[in-house]
Amino acid sequence: MNMPDLQPLMPEIVFLGLALFVLLAELFIKSKETIGLMVIVSVAATAYMIPQSFGVTFSGMFISDGYSSFFKFIFLLNLILTILISIQYIQIERAEFGEYYTVLMFSTLGMMIMASAGDLIVLYLGLELMALSTYILAGFIRHDARSTESALKYFLLGAFSSAILLYGIMLLYGLTGTTDIMKLSSLLMKNGMRLQSIFAIVMVMVAFGFKIALVPFHMWAPDVYEGAPTSITAFMSVGPKAAGFAVIGRVFLTGLEGFSADWRLLLVVLSIATMAVGNIIAIQQHNLKRMLAYSSIAHAGYAVLGVIAGNTEGLSATMNYLLIYAFMNIGAFSVLVLLRNEQERIETLEQIKGLARNHPFASALMLIFMFSLTGIPPTAGFVGKFFLFRALVYSGYTWLAVVAVVFSAISAYFYLRVVMYMYMYEPEEGVTQDISTAAPLGLALLITSLMVIAIGIYPEPFVNFARLVVG
Amino acid sequence: MPGTYLPESYLPIFIFIIIATLFGLGALLIGEIVRLRRPYHEKLMPYESGIDPVGEPRVRFSIRFYVIAMLFVVFDVEAIFLYPWAVVFDKIGLYAFVEMVIFIIILFVGYIYAWKKDAFQWE
Repeated sequence: MNMPDLQPLMPEIVFLGLALFVLLAELFIKSKETIGLMVIVSVAATAYMIPQSFGVTFSGMFISDGYSSFFKFIFLLNLILTILISIQYIQIERAEFGEYYTVLMFSTLGMMIMASAGDLIVLYLGLELMALSTYILAGFIRHDARSTESALKYFLLGAFSSAILLYGIMLLYGLTGTTDIMKLSSLLMKNGMRLQSIFAIVMVMVAFGFKIALVPFHMWAPDVYEGAPTSITAFMSVGPKAAGFAVIGRVFLTGLEGFSADWRLLLVVLSIATMAVGNIIAIQQHNLKRMLAYSSIAHAGYAVLGVIAGNTEGLSATMNYLLIYAFMNIGAFSVLVLLRNEQERIETLEQIKGLARNHPFASALMLIFMFSLTGIPPTAGFVGKFFLFRALVYSGYTWLAVVAVVFSAISAYFYLRVVMYMYMYEPEEGVTQDISTAAPLGLALLITSLMVIAIGIYPEPFVNFARLVVG
Repeated sequence: MPGTYLPESYLPIFIFIIIATLFGLGALLIGEIVRLRRPYHEKLMPYESGIDPVGEPRVRFSIRFYVIAMLFVVFDVEAIFLYPWAVVFDKIGLYAFVEMVIFIIILFVGYIYAWKKDAFQWE
């Protein structure tokens, strides 16, 4: 029996081995800082393996290329930032179990497999590994009813969407006799059963839409994001979303290329609905985590625009946007983690009134992230949106770009409202605005804020990198 | 011709499903219309002429049962994989042997984890 080429799979194998090692180490090492450091070292080792791993293996079931590597870097970055913001936070929340780190690693491993999947079954395998781990993480504050509720909601709806995905995969297999993403398009065109094919495409799109929280499959997001530990909310608002886009890019742009007119129409409708619902309902939210949940729904709507554009330019703009989104969104959640003190959770607009008086530095950071999420230059959010809309205009969807810009303008209201509450009000009586002093959290904030500004001022290397890996 | 294919050989099954559904619903419906209703205490018990119920059936039972069940599934699956591997071991050789060792190592990590977490203690 021939030995398959394991080189493309090496980052995942190394990462899995290290995750198992961390799982065992956690039984014997009590210091959680040490475990956190071990995870970061593991991530570094894995990141080092990725550029050397290019290739296709297991008869095309597993593809390691520039595209998957870019996403893997986003996932690993997401993991590192999450670890940094978690170390003290989960102690405060009394959810300090060593499994936290291992489950985070397994979830990231699932995302990496998704990004590299060349076969629908491998894709499903990665998706389940990612999703099951995230369900556990969402319920990690075991003594908190809201956290448990969020885990249960996420699990039930997630299982439902997995079933729909499997149904779609089954139909595609029935129509073509293959689960190989690369062969799907030509086989589907050849057998000519258009209606049935579109039915299958809709199924697959619903399931992916659930993962990236597109309207109308977004119902779970606000409750889950609000109830889950804040560090995990940061993690799952970036990681699973980016992984969802990775598979959307691969499955729709390659596997279902022949039906691009059909799924593009569907995506246009979904993306407009997503931007509308995300941005407009966010206006009503006074809880910052809920507000950021709707904001992350809206951002998925923007990121889809690049897939609608459908060319190299559009896809690289989406990838670039996801990278920028990772920095700014984790940054915004880091500030929320920073505001969690021993006594209370500072989560609502009322509680952050006059924050700038007590903590000018934390407020300034929040200001940067809010500006970036709105898309105001010179922050990274502007660059991300600029390239997305540009790709959209160039592929002939000028009207859609206009719609997106209008919704983006609406979003300024609720992002800048946070800034207004921080800077233009006096602090309320009886609200303790103590903030965390953890050094790793400070490091995470430093990285995210610096990157948001750096990409905003000098975006060229990042944009070119994304173009390079797609093209 | 694509699009016009009718699975004709399944027609009897389709008819059977319809008849079965109608029969099931019909029997219940006719019973509902025709039967007499004279409820009394013994008749309303879950098991008429059975043992008297002692309490609600919905009691909370220990989470340990789930832990044991999960451990059972994990090692049961291991055994399921080991048998076919052992049967064709001669033909598939060293490569499969290494694969199986890796598989068992991964499960062994789980075993150590469960052990250290006192999953085998009934306390």
